Amino acid sequence: MGQQTSLYQKHLDAGAKIVDFAGWDMPINYGSLIEEHNQVRTAAGVFDVSHMTVVDVGGTDAEKYLRYLLANDVAKLDEVGRALYSAMLNHDGYVLDDLIVYRMSFGYRLVVNCATRAKDLRWMIQNTDGYAVSIQERPRLAILAVHGPESINKVCEVVEEDQANQIRGLKNFRGVELERFFIARTGYTGEKGVECIFPDSDASELWDKLLEAGVKPIGIGARDTLRLEAGMNLYGHDMDETTSPLAANMEFTIAYEPEDREFIGKPALIAHKQLRDAGKLPELVGLVLESRGVLREGQKLVTDKGEGIITSGSFSPTLKHSIALARIPINSQSCEVDLRGTLTRVRIVNPNFVRFGKKVFE
Amino acid sequence: MSDIPDDLRYASTHEWIRINDDGTASVGISDHAQDALGDIVFVELPEPGSSVNAKDEVAVVESVKAASDIYSPVSGEITAVNEALVDAPETVNSSPYENGWFFKMKIGDETKLHELMDAHAYSKHCDDE
Repeated sequence: MGQQTSLYQKHLDAGAKIVDFAGWDMPINYGSLIEEHNQVRTAAGVFDVSHMTVVDVGGTDAEKYLRYLLANDVAKLDEVGRALYSAMLNHDGYVLDDLIVYRMSFGYRLVVNCATRAKDLRWMIQNTDGYAVSIQERPRLAILAVHGPESINKVCEVVEEDQANQIRGLKNFRGVELERFFIARTGYTGEKGVECIFPDSDASELWDKLLEAGVKPIGIGARDTLRLEAGMNLYGHDMDETTSPLAANMEFTIAYEPEDREFIGKPALIAHKQLRDAGKLPELVGLVLESRGVLREGQKLVTDKGEGIITSGSFSPTLKHSIALARIPINSQSCEVDLRGTLTRVRIVNPNFVRFGKKVFE
Repeated sequence: MSDIPDDLRYASTHEWIRINDDGTASVGISDHAQDALGDIVFVELPEPGSSVNAKDEVAVVESVKAASDIYSPVSGEITAVNEALVDAPETVNSSPYENGWFFKMKIGDETKLHELMDAHAYSKHCDDE
């Protein structure tokens, strides 16, 4: 038996099939992954993601410290509640983890992957030398992600009216502290929605209210197909400690400016850029298979420029064919996949397949 | 608890086989197997008329999660395939023992059916996995 979130019994009550996920007993689905996926694309679903690791950073040097620790620049967070997606790199410029950082009234809140929890905490503490900061893990917080076109309305149905107005007023990547609840317009599905971070003693009550309002529970199986359709990376699959963010479609998260900001991994990234300019760094692309079959992680690829590999692949419930993220030689024009022994042509597209319920690639 | 009809025989690889009134046999995958695979999105069927040996890979089923080979439980000749699964593979999830059959076959040697498991043995096999 693994670790359980405070909603474990609620998952069983909802008919969840439980699997191990990085040491946690998590619901993979509550019956049908495809129905749950479609529920999020067309209505509203709730995910228990309380297994994720929350780390609060406080102290007078919190901003200075995080500007050094993270490849994106927390100085962009000019108001409490704002959120930023960032890579945390090692000195070789490879990805230790990807995370969301929120500016809070007390400092900053990071939400990192649970599979990398111990490594991340060690790394964060190791790098505090010379900074007046406090690093505190918050294991007793629950996280519920409510996503889908009806998600905001549903959340607003179950909170007080003045709170509902504040939630309705939130723009993307903005959040608000409402008493014990922190609610932010962030997520991992390509739909609009919110993530709610709050004491886990309140989790059952909010869960029940959302379900009564018609929000359906969604397992981590659909979470994976939703994020893949949205072209979002999954740590440990699409990138890890052997991957440059430049080879993982993460360059948009690197804040090279202002030039005088030093951050961990920056000198190495300059070298990665030179490699890329010389055509020697692979890139992360999207693949589309419009014929029958399913692209899977680990399948080998052959392009006109060399070999590659699928880093995440699945059937896309929205598009009704298979899609994948893949690392291939840069500027490849054609690509074939080894599908159970048969080389099959696949199309290379931007790694972004579905947004707000609609196909977005050409 | 998955559904395991008493009147079928089962292979350790989770196929079931049923002797039809016309003497042919239908083959599909068990309720336990469809549940383990999750939502099925593609089914690849064998060629009618082909001769197969027991334990040959004759079909493929792909779910969102995984691809899985379907083996012939016994030797014989494929006489028909369930074309409806091509457009509606989810039938395997909703009706694994009836509308979700994969293929029909003429069995070479019916005595070989006794080498397969009955419902009781198969139930135990699923529990042990």
